[in-house]
Amino acid sequence: MVTAAFFYLFSGIAIASAFMVIAAKNPVHSVLFLILAFVNAAGLFLLIGAEFLAMLLIVVYVGAVSVLFLFVVMMLDVDFAALRQGFLQYLPVGAVIGVIFLVELLLILGTWSIDPNLVRTPAVGIPTQAVMTNTEALGVVIYTRYAFLFQIAGLILLVAMIGAIVLTLRERTGVRRQNIAAQTLRTTATAIEVRKVPSREGV
Amino acid sequence: METLLYVLFVVLQSFVLLSALLVFIAYILYADRKIWAAVQLRRGPNVVGPWGLLQSFADLLKFVLKEPVIPASANKGIFLIAPLMMSVLALAAWAVIPVAEGWAIADINVGILYIFAMSSMGVYGVIMGGWAANSKYSFLGALRSAAQMVSYEVSIGFVIITVLMCVGSLNLTKIVLAQDGAWGMLGWFWLPLFPVFVIFLISALAETNRPPFDLPEAESELVAGYMVEYSSTPYLLFMLGEYVAIMTMCALMTILFFGGWLSPIPFAPFTWIPGVIWFVLKMSLIFFIFAMTKAMVPRYRYDQLMRLGWKVFLPMSLVLLVVTAGVLKLMGWAPGVGG
Repeated sequence: MVTAAFFYLFSGIAIASAFMVIAAKNPVHSVLFLILAFVNAAGLFLLIGAEFLAMLLIVVYVGAVSVLFLFVVMMLDVDFAALRQGFLQYLPVGAVIGVIFLVELLLILGTWSIDPNLVRTPAVGIPTQAVMTNTEALGVVIYTRYAFLFQIAGLILLVAMIGAIVLTLRERTGVRRQNIAAQTLRTTATAIEVRKVPSREGV
Repeated sequence: METLLYVLFVVLQSFVLLSALLVFIAYILYADRKIWAAVQLRRGPNVVGPWGLLQSFADLLKFVLKEPVIPASANKGIFLIAPLMMSVLALAAWAVIPVAEGWAIADINVGILYIFAMSSMGVYGVIMGGWAANSKYSFLGALRSAAQMVSYEVSIGFVIITVLMCVGSLNLTKIVLAQDGAWGMLGWFWLPLFPVFVIFLISALAETNRPPFDLPEAESELVAGYMVEYSSTPYLLFMLGEYVAIMTMCALMTILFFGGWLSPIPFAPFTWIPGVIWFVLKMSLIFFIFAMTKAMVPRYRYDQLMRLGWKVFLPMSLVLLVVTAGVLKLMGWAPGVGG
């Protein structure tokens, strides 16, 4: 009973905030509603006993990805009046695309059937909560069984990261940088020169 | 009926923990000011109550009774939600912290991830508050703060993973029990994992915006950072959230590196002392380090802060993670799964 109540609470808020993401006029509000949707999705994960996935969703998506997203959106210079212009003009095109998507989705969902053999004999036996926690179960699958594939996925991400850094790298001249190693290696002997100044003559 | 009783019991527990925590924080605030004053040869708060002991409560009354000012061009809803979010999220992290054996409100399997998630969500209070105030200073402060908190979370994450490898569980109670042994305080993780502990301590300072990393509110540049436009109760909530986050970090360090509620000397007269007292003592000791750092170390420049986070701590914690994993594997000390 309590679980059902929480399910409807979380999924209701998730759907409502997902709707508000596209309905909100202010893009910052949109991102904040997106975050609310993420948090509620994490709540749904918790309800089906996937506590590890729930926490990862919050740490990775809410705690890191959305922060950067919010950053970018906040710094955009958005003209709200220009955004609202031409709504009716674009409405037919938008409606056509929306209907096409809806039809495609319905076609896929209507003909979708899961191979009965797949359900009966999964590649890896699904352990119950009593045998091992889902953190361990995921660890066994990802880091032991499919460790090689996991490493390849990591390498692909690394290449993507290097690509992004290379694209945005620019050499700026005339920037004065701090060399901490040089600073800490300075001693009195290298930094100070003691001179005997003759009287009335200067250096 | 049974469910209702259980819910009532949990609510009661939460209430007791909350009030104890808030009173403790009132005195932590007082201690912070007193230590700072003592280092600078001042007296610090000494007027309200004997030795100024009631200063924090007087401050609380004053904050609550003042008029909250909302700037005309502010985004009202977000402006008011931001401080609430900050303090509620900071307090929520305490739901899983075991202050003594079995004294956690929710002793969940992924306790440490939960704390990590709550503390990483704390950045929203800052960034929302800074943006909603619609002021240049608070927005700049929020941007700085968010970048800082996200940067240092990375090295905190690696440090936590290093400790978890030595334990073999994400459960906070099991992390503490893994440090129990005949060696007492010499068997806790601070000694074998000392470099990792230092990284965590400094990253925790940066994560909670404590000096010397208090750039979000560097008053000489940004007046008060993201809190410029806040007054009375909303401001109080921001400050409360900040101090609760500091306490969470102290508690986390106690659990990860100082054996939680365990007695430092593992025989008779010392083991009679209840675990919660050891826990509070250890937390206070770590807070003392925080307070002394605030009093003694000058503020970092922003580029220095970023350099420390990304170019020093991140590679160092990664290398230490790999080294620890290697040592555990080679020596056969790695804990088995299923713990």
